[in-house]
Amino acid sequence: MEQQLQQLKDEALQAIASAADVKSLNDVRVKYLGKKGPITDLLKGMGKLPAEERPKMGALVNEVRGEVTAELESRMAVLEEEAVAKKLDAESIDVTLPGTPVRTGNHHPLTRIIEEIEDFFISMGYEVAEGPEVEKDYYNFEALNLPKGHPARDMQDSFYITEDILLRTHTSPVQARTMEAKQGKPFKIICPGKVYRRDNDDATHSHQFTQIEGLVVGENIRMSDLKGTLDRFAKKMFGEDREIRLRPSYFPFTEPSVEMDISCFKCGGSGCNVCKKTGWIEILGAGMVHPNVLRMGGYDPDVHSGFAFGMGPERIAMLKYGIEDIRHFYTDDLRFIGQFRRTEG
Amino acid sequence: MKISLNWLSDYVDIEGVEPAELAEKITRSGIEVDAVDNRSEGLKNIVVGHVLECSQHPQADKLNICRVDVGEEEPSQIICGAPNVAAGQKVVVARPGARLPGGVKIKKAKLRGEESHGMICSLQELGFDGKVVPKAYASGIYVLPEDARPGEDALGLLGLDDTVLELDLTPNRSDALSMLGAAYEAAAILSKDVNLPETAHEESAEPASGLLNLRVDAAEANPLYAAKVVRNVKVGESPEWLKARLMAAGVRPLNNIVDITNYVLMEYGQPLHAFDYDRLGTGEIVVRHAAEGEVIETLDGTERKLEPHHLLITNGREPVAIAGVMGGANSEVHDGTTTVVIEAAYFSPASVRKTSRELGLRSDASTRFEKGVDPNRVIEAGERAAALMADLAGGEVLSGTVLFDELDKEPKRVTVSPDFINERLGMKIPFEEMEEILRRLQFPYEAVNGQFVIDAPTRRVDISIPEDIVEEIARLYGYDEIPATLPVTESLPGGLTPYQDKRRTVRRYLEGAGLYQAITYSLTSESESQKFALETAPVTRLLMPMSEERSTLRQSLLPHLLDAVTYNTARQTSSVALYEVGSVFLGEGEDGLPTEVEHAAGAVTGEWSAAGWQGGQKRVDFFAVKGIVEGLATELGLSDKLSFRKGEMDGLHPGRTADVLLDGERVGIIAQLHPSEQKARDLKDTVVFELNLQRLLREETEPLLYTPVPKFPSISRDIALVVPKAVQAAALESTIRTNAGSILKDVHVFDVYEGDRMEEGMKSIAFSLTYLDPERTLTDEEVSEMHNRIVAALESEGAQIRN
Repeated sequence: MEQQLQQLKDEALQAIASAADVKSLNDVRVKYLGKKGPITDLLKGMGKLPAEERPKMGALVNEVRGEVTAELESRMAVLEEEAVAKKLDAESIDVTLPGTPVRTGNHHPLTRIIEEIEDFFISMGYEVAEGPEVEKDYYNFEALNLPKGHPARDMQDSFYITEDILLRTHTSPVQARTMEAKQGKPFKIICPGKVYRRDNDDATHSHQFTQIEGLVVGENIRMSDLKGTLDRFAKKMFGEDREIRLRPSYFPFTEPSVEMDISCFKCGGSGCNVCKKTGWIEILGAGMVHPNVLRMGGYDPDVHSGFAFGMGPERIAMLKYGIEDIRHFYTDDLRFIGQFRRTEG
Repeated sequence: MKISLNWLSDYVDIEGVEPAELAEKITRSGIEVDAVDNRSEGLKNIVVGHVLECSQHPQADKLNICRVDVGEEEPSQIICGAPNVAAGQKVVVARPGARLPGGVKIKKAKLRGEESHGMICSLQELGFDGKVVPKAYASGIYVLPEDARPGEDALGLLGLDDTVLELDLTPNRSDALSMLGAAYEAAAILSKDVNLPETAHEESAEPASGLLNLRVDAAEANPLYAAKVVRNVKVGESPEWLKARLMAAGVRPLNNIVDITNYVLMEYGQPLHAFDYDRLGTGEIVVRHAAEGEVIETLDGTERKLEPHHLLITNGREPVAIAGVMGGANSEVHDGTTTVVIEAAYFSPASVRKTSRELGLRSDASTRFEKGVDPNRVIEAGERAAALMADLAGGEVLSGTVLFDELDKEPKRVTVSPDFINERLGMKIPFEEMEEILRRLQFPYEAVNGQFVIDAPTRRVDISIPEDIVEEIARLYGYDEIPATLPVTESLPGGLTPYQDKRRTVRRYLEGAGLYQAITYSLTSESESQKFALETAPVTRLLMPMSEERSTLRQSLLPHLLDAVTYNTARQTSSVALYEVGSVFLGEGEDGLPTEVEHAAGAVTGEWSAAGWQGGQKRVDFFAVKGIVEGLATELGLSDKLSFRKGEMDGLHPGRTADVLLDGERVGIIAQLHPSEQKARDLKDTVVFELNLQRLLREETEPLLYTPVPKFPSISRDIALVVPKAVQAAALESTIRTNAGSILKDVHVFDVYEGDRMEEGMKSIAFSLTYLDPERTLTDEEVSEMHNRIVAALESEGAQIRN
């Protein structure tokens, strides 16, 4: 019987070793260890043995069963691992194939610029003020120290609707309206919006374009405050290492009036094609609010002062992104708009 | 304004200042220098030549063979094609090795077998603008005066040894529309004096008033009129230096008399006019307004019809000039003129401006008059012209000036304190420095009780209030010296209004939904202006449109948005999804302005989801766009208030148009374009929406409050119905909802079938219903009871239940 047991064990181990997959190994388990298997049979046949041999044989059978079981389990583990590996291998994909596109649009580049400017000034405590695109001559010109017949009206030929109503030529009427609405209280506003001028559309002119203007009115607002504000703005918008310079200029609604240049963000000031070899790029116009404008807005120029500035998002976008033709902004070609998607910095 | 530095140096010492440096200083202190034009740059080896002989080229009709003395031992042979070349002339020769503008190099050459050692030059070839070249030399070579010496450098004779600064003047600085004005500016910047031009001249005993009577009938428009009379002038070419200066300033020389008036115009900024005294015919000048329908032929040969408010210079019988704008042809100086009347006047800026605008006539004179000339230099400029005519045209100046003068010449007095200046600037400029700047500007002032009392010179029409002085001090002290500070005010809360904030949300949502932001024009044609409008009202039309395409303000965003879609599809972008947020303009509000209403619109065509390598392509349809609008309503907290009904509008598909309702009020449309509209625009199926965004954003919503997450399970049941095709899903859903109790949490359509397996005219529509009680677990029995009630109600309305 001992010999029989030994043979059985050898057979079982042989069968385990040659089982090629989980299924055939399970068959081996059933065959040798199952309820009807030979080892169970041997255990069942123990009763026929003399009583003194039973413990020894019992131990021996259990030992064989233990050995076979252990071998079977370790073999099972190997086969299961192989089976998983095979399945995973079959499931493998070409990870270089493109992902499923997520369909999203994006801001128009002008909105991108305008929101960036708005957000900077909001962080400095400015409100965003808006007003009508069709304006009264009074708000567009007269309240801004541009009475009828003023020579500076030549600078901006306008689209009139009636003698007293026109498409606003700048966002400055929002300033005049805000001053009226604030009734002598100090305020800081930024005014973005569409404006219209009598120009033929070409690479550098558009009869419709956008502007964004700022106005701060309060007691003892100084030109140095204007300079400091613009300096922070230029650094935020065009890079921390930008420098600004102010040049005298003329606007009817400010006195003194200046234009602001920034050191060229492309060459850093050494001169290139962006700054036309000057090292400086003109960005915006600004100045101290003209006393007539304050007065017409209900502020006493002996008590209050203010500064204002204005710029063209088109120009800023053209400089920043290297766009050569203003008409791109109004053609709405997806090959153009689609380029202004990603974040910067 | 073009400033010749050679000319400028007559009035102010600029020696030792490099042109580029001067330009930079002028720019930084107030007047932008647009260009610095070194006129001799790139020019060399250009000399005076004397044409000794000139004969026709044997092989070419249009060429001449010239033997030209260029100051060498042997004359040079030069082939010249100019029609006006002739023996005896002094000409400009570019010798072999010479350089001309544009990098042109002159070499020895053979022309039709004949050698040519250089080129005889026209002024254009030397870099002069054709517009300033005297007419006699416009289509040929330039001829120098006889006293030019062969071999001498020609650049100096032509005034090309010069640098010209081009000033880009702002409208307030009309004082710099003259050499003297520029000289005052340069003198202030460089701390120098200004030397005024020579106006002294001899006058004959005979008084001008003996020949000329003057009457001004319009003193308000013409408060000062001064006339000088110069006799025995010889009209001819001006000397080289004068012609050169005029050309440098951009003025074409004509003859010495006209050139002198132009020269003084450029020098003083005071426009003058020269009349031929004999052609004037009456010995009289009368300044008056035009009669209704009066006509004058101006110097440019154009006949102009005048209005009663146009100011005229007349000879007492008929007009001889439009005051301050342009002279008349009938009294023009010509080659045979012997007696000249020089007009130096002050015409009111408003009058000249109006006349010049209405007649569409702008001249060097009108641009200066309309800004206001210096009242204190009018008469002086006339004297200067008389002196030059005596000097350069051999004229005899009659004594005295025929004068009408009611002009206020007092300077404006401005009082300003140094503290005010420093407070406005945020600086601490010392008193003495401010004084120094006022001295440099030649602004007469007195310091009274610590205040500056300044008499602003009348040449500076832009100086009238204390802030003007702040600017003058600051610009000459230097804007670089201003420190950078931030406003010290009470702290104000900044930020967007809720409306502005929500508008940003709308933009981001629509972009997240796959639409790109477009910006289109507000102006359109009148015929397109109301197309697709949600609401029409009288249109707002421009008084004087530049074209019919841009004549009227839009009442819908869709026409231009569709133009943009077509633009894209015509350029191989077949799938386009655009939206725009912008205003439409309706009727006329109480304040006379049109009511501006902010709308949001979108247009989508082509594929909605692209066919990738996994397939899955889906074309745009009505429901894709409706989903976007529904999602937007959800984003804005308005989905419960939003509903849809069948709508109709010209240009939209009659079976695929929905009105969007907010609490029953129509606030938008969603539709597929009408096939004929698609065809006209060359578009495939295109779905659009337009919403009254302002209405949506102004709708108040409940505060956002949390609803507890359900603790108990929900139960779902489906109902499939067969109904006639015309039955709308919304009607069925409404039946379901009205018959369900509070435990019905959600109803949605999950299948619609209209295919072959259905009876003719019928469709199948399936709803999924979800029941939930937040307080307890529902039993199957109570859900079944509720469900059966709903089914019964649907059946009673004619729906068949499909199993």
